[in-house]
Amino acid sequence: MTVRIVAFARIREIVGSGAFEWVAQDGATAGDILAALTTKFPQLGDLTRSIRFVHGGAFAGAATVVRDGDELGLLPPYGGG
Amino acid sequence: MFYEVTEEALDPAALVAAVRGLGAGGLVTFVGYVRETSDDGRPVEGLHYEAHRELAIAELRTIGAEASTRFGEARVAIAHRIGELGLGEAAVAIAVAAAHRGVAFDACEYAIDELKKRVPIWKQERYLGGDARWRENA
Repeated sequence: MTVRIVAFARIREIVGSGAFEWVAQDGATAGDILAALTTKFPQLGDLTRSIRFVHGGAFAGAATVVRDGDELGLLPPYGGG
Repeated sequence: MFYEVTEEALDPAALVAAVRGLGAGGLVTFVGYVRETSDDGRPVEGLHYEAHRELAIAELRTIGAEASTRFGEARVAIAHRIGELGLGEAAVAIAVAAAHRGVAFDACEYAIDELKKRVPIWKQERYLGGDARWRENA
């Protein structure tokens, strides 16, 4: 299946794009997809435990199952204020 | 109430106007400004902020709703700037009005503390000399 990854701030700089298509295994969770991305972009490694997900327009957990055509947002640790 | 994530300069007076009223005996504001020195002492030229705007506004709304009941009844407004900010510009502004000052102080502190933890906004410090670093809240 193909999902659309939307990457913010530091993650966008590491992966080199704010939004791109990513081929994942059917049934993959958000966490599975992040693990696969980390294999391709090892610099994500330091961040992976603190990355939060957006799925279906809302915050989502690593166990969220992602479907073909879905968008998955990757949020690095926050720095507002 | 009043919650926004904006590329325009913040106007703390507009937040004050949004929350004040005849029932408000106390009104507390917090404004966070761009400081000339980073936490580790480097001279800062400016800050770049970005947000997941839709979720950031939703989370500001949730925090505002919590802050407006948690310590007693209060009225809360929160605005966060995004984009490129120069030294001395306001990055975040919060106004809280309540019948008495204690509630307003507590709710205002709660709002800024929770904003730093929960709102998807990111900050990059830009330094004199041209380099930049993403800075994360502890």
